[in-house]
Amino acid sequence: MVDLSLEFCGVKFPNPFTLAAAPTTDSAEMVARAFEAGWGGAILKTTSVETEVVELVYPMMSGIDFEDKKLMGLQNIDLISERHIDEVEKDVKALKKEFPDRVVAASIMGAEKEDWQELVRRLEAAGVDLIECSFSCPHGMPERGMGSTIGQDPELTERTARWVKEAAERVPIVIKLTPQIADITAAAHAVKRSGADGVCAINTLKSLIGVDLDTFIPYPNVGGYSTYGGYSGPAIKPVTLRCVAEIAKSVDIPIAAVGGISTWMDAVEFLLLGATNIQLCTAVMRNGFRIIEDLIDGLTVYLEEKGMKSVTELVGKALPYIVDHSKLSRDYKVVSAVNRETCIKCDVCYIACMDGAHQAIELDENRIPVINEDKCKGCGMCETVCPVEGCITLKPRES
Amino acid sequence: MSVRPKMRELSPEERKAGFDEVEKGLALHQALPEASRCLFCHEAPCVSGCVAGVDVVGFVRRLKTRNFVGAARLIREANVFSAVCSRVCPSEEQCEKPCSSTNLAEPIAISALHRFVADEELKRGIRPEKAGTPTGKKVAVIGAGPAGLTCAHKLARLGHEVTVFEAEEKPGGLMVYGIPRYRLPSEIAEAEIEYAISPGVNLKTGVLVGKDIPFDEIRRNSDAVFIGVGLGYKSQLDIPGHDLPGVLQAGEFLRKAALGDPPELSGRVAVIGGGNVAMDAACSAVRAGASEVVVLYRRREEEMPAWKREREFAKTEGVEFRYLTAPQRFVEKDRKVAGIECVSTKLGEPDSSGRPRPEFIPGTEHVIDVSYVILATGQGPWPEISSVFGGIRFNASGTIKVSPETLATSIEGVFAGGDAVNGGKTVVQAVADGKLAAKSINDFLS
Ligand SMILES: Cc1cc2nc3c(=O)[nH]c(=O)nc-3n(C[C@H](O)[C@H](O)[C@H](O)COP(=O)(O)OP(=O)(O)OC[C@H]3O[C@@H](n4cnc5c(N)ncnc54)[C@H](O)[C@@H]3O)c2cc1C
Ligand SMILES: Cc1cc2nc3c(=O)[nH]c(=O)nc-3n(C[C@H](O)[C@H](O)[C@H](O)COP(=O)(O)O)c2cc1C
Ligand code: SF4
Ligand code: SF4
Repeated sequence: MVDLSLEFCGVKFPNPFTLAAAPTTDSAEMVARAFEAGWGGAILKTTSVETEVVELVYPMMSGIDFEDKKLMGLQNIDLISERHIDEVEKDVKALKKEFPDRVVAASIMGAEKEDWQELVRRLEAAGVDLIECSFSCPHGMPERGMGSTIGQDPELTERTARWVKEAAERVPIVIKLTPQIADITAAAHAVKRSGADGVCAINTLKSLIGVDLDTFIPYPNVGGYSTYGGYSGPAIKPVTLRCVAEIAKSVDIPIAAVGGISTWMDAVEFLLLGATNIQLCTAVMRNGFRIIEDLIDGLTVYLEEKGMKSVTELVGKALPYIVDHSKLSRDYKVVSAVNRETCIKCDVCYIACMDGAHQAIELDENRIPVINEDKCKGCGMCETVCPVEGCITLKPRES
Repeated sequence: MSVRPKMRELSPEERKAGFDEVEKGLALHQALPEASRCLFCHEAPCVSGCVAGVDVVGFVRRLKTRNFVGAARLIREANVFSAVCSRVCPSEEQCEKPCSSTNLAEPIAISALHRFVADEELKRGIRPEKAGTPTGKKVAVIGAGPAGLTCAHKLARLGHEVTVFEAEEKPGGLMVYGIPRYRLPSEIAEAEIEYAISPGVNLKTGVLVGKDIPFDEIRRNSDAVFIGVGLGYKSQLDIPGHDLPGVLQAGEFLRKAALGDPPELSGRVAVIGGGNVAMDAACSAVRAGASEVVVLYRRREEEMPAWKREREFAKTEGVEFRYLTAPQRFVEKDRKVAGIECVSTKLGEPDSSGRPRPEFIPGTEHVIDVSYVILATGQGPWPEISSVFGGIRFNASGTIKVSPETLATSIEGVFAGGDAVNGGKTVVQAVADGKLAAKSINDFLS
């Protein structure tokens, strides 16, 4: 049996899969169903003090499809929870009682120092295992000087994180970062300096998901007007991977990864880049809590096949392989090779090389691509477009 | 919207050369896009379409995330004969029939995806199971078809001491002695039979219950019994000349073919019947040397009991269908069958089966020249079954009477399932029965 449990900021999670702060965690009933399905932890939807007025607008969700695939990305103009800390306190108590082995964390957001500190003290007393602070919501909240306004400024980040950390007696403090910053490691360093315990990367990317071609009103249309939102889902995964890797390589701090994770394979990538907690939001909103079955089973089988006993063996294993561009070898040369047996003669590699690369593919009399090795630079464009798994590969050149 | 992929198959020409498997399975680049076409429905209708209860949504999602091992294990828990069923299930009538994707384009190719997963598993080797902690209870299983083997497998994993009695030399029932190899290669069935008995099932082959050992003795020596003896082939069309050389029984013919030793045929071969057995006999005849194969059926195509996919399969192989044609007698030449005298029919009022009764049209008698005839008039209960299993109650048709919720027969502690109970359905139904019976037997013993 492999061990999926993982420690994050000193808190033991039975498995790394955690629900991100989002609508999926906005009530104890929902989180209880998720825990029953097998989720290791949950960050309850971001809450604030009673005086912070939350007025939501609808519709708030808009999706973007990639050709025939639904929901490559999701944009929301949701705000923090309409439920204030008093209700969240009750949820925390109920959940900790029913699921003592799962991690129940709260997510908070405040304007003043007093708000932040009051939130921490009350939630700590209610029994949370961990507190996440949103310095990162890119829409709505920044208009009030909250959310990503803080996360985009390392000084504000350090100062606010310090307030929060000061107030916490027992629970670890995690700061949720925004990718909307020139250098995310600067924000992570700021968190480290504040004494807070960990970072969570990343919140949504500020976006505008589309414009209605008939009414000229961008999506979502809220009574004739629209606004910018937060972009999440599979489309943002590469951005999250980059953020997590950059932080892991330069700051010694525990990292929770969130942003575009949908499968156990995505999770493994983030673990390999040094994350020790894996959060999901859009994938759960789309396919339900039940995806935990495949996440756990897939990760378990993967570890079994790799002969590993514990998920901890994966953490950070990919980091040594990331270097600066200037450090990459200029002597490494590859050339494209086509498998004539599996080729389906679609010629999409031909056109991609012709108009997008180096005119190195010719078609033989059977319309099978033939690589002109003199012209091929090994850029890899052909491999990215080929619809047949393993048909085009890049082979090291014999020098 | 990507489209439902088709497996690579042998061309009609290649098929004539022998009994090689026709369908070659999906390639990875076909299986993955097909899996991601699945909508991951809530309370997915496909699951209710599989009598074995395979978690289709669950396995397709695992497949989509390349967790082939997890997908295979998930299916196998529900269906011991996973690779077999993925090949022989009439999935268009089962899991694929209610698929929600039908409303967008076409149903997800579930059995093809199922097969992809099962074949990946076979490549790695199926992980054998261990026997459960011994309970001290003994169970006898009669018949090593899919029903009996599934029941034995599940009970052994629960810790019961299980002995299977099988009349034939090899276990597997019709998976080994009936279904043609070009649809189900024998090594596939064998790998899963080995898996089925892996949790320490005792197997006694070559033991015909009722002759080599009385049923009473088996009952006395065990705490519970499962009967999964399947069906026999029906006794033959009693028309003049039916015993001429060259007139073959489909059961015998298919059995020899399945064992790798098909009788050699030549010239035009007529197959009489309209069920799946007739389709298998016709396509086997194509492979056994016939230059021409014609199926004679008394009604129209619409009334044929053979599954559509089986009919289409036969047509692809060049089998000719003559409907509304009833054989009257076999014509002899050189002490061998040389022709069939037939009469044309028209359809009248529905008979007891609900299908219109074929009526002969006088004056339409004609002779079809043939070199061989294969009689494929279907399957029915073993004639000796009621004397072998004394004390058990039977239905009028000769099938064993059971309680549908538990598969209990009229004798306490004796359960039955599979073809012997349902009158002949599918492998997956036999698997489902084997599972249900195992659960009932376990409840009965504890
Ligand atoms: C030609 C043909 C093609 C078919 N094609 C398909 C298909 O494509 N898809 C599909 O799903 N189904 C198909 N079927 C049906 C399928 O094979 C059966 O529904 C299934 O095998 C039934 O399983 P079973 O365990 O009930 O019986 P069987 O498979 O018939 O097994 C019964 C076993 O009991 C043994 N037995 C019988 N009497 C005794 C006794 N007295 N003592 C000891 N042992 C005994 C028999 O030797 C046999 O091994 C086909 C059937 C035939 C004949
Ligand atoms: C509708 C919606 C509401 C969200 N609300 C919050 C929130 O209240 N607090 C927070 O920290 N993040 C919130 N998020 C951001 C998610 O927690 C997560 O960081 C982001 O969606 C990226 O992950 P994903 O690609 O798995 O969805 C929300 C996201 C969505 C889609
Ligand atoms: S019904 Fe079809 S689309 Fe829906 S889950 Fe099942 S296979 Fe997928
Ligand atoms: S066992 Fe048969 S019916 Fe069940 S899912 Fe597989 S192919 Fe479909």
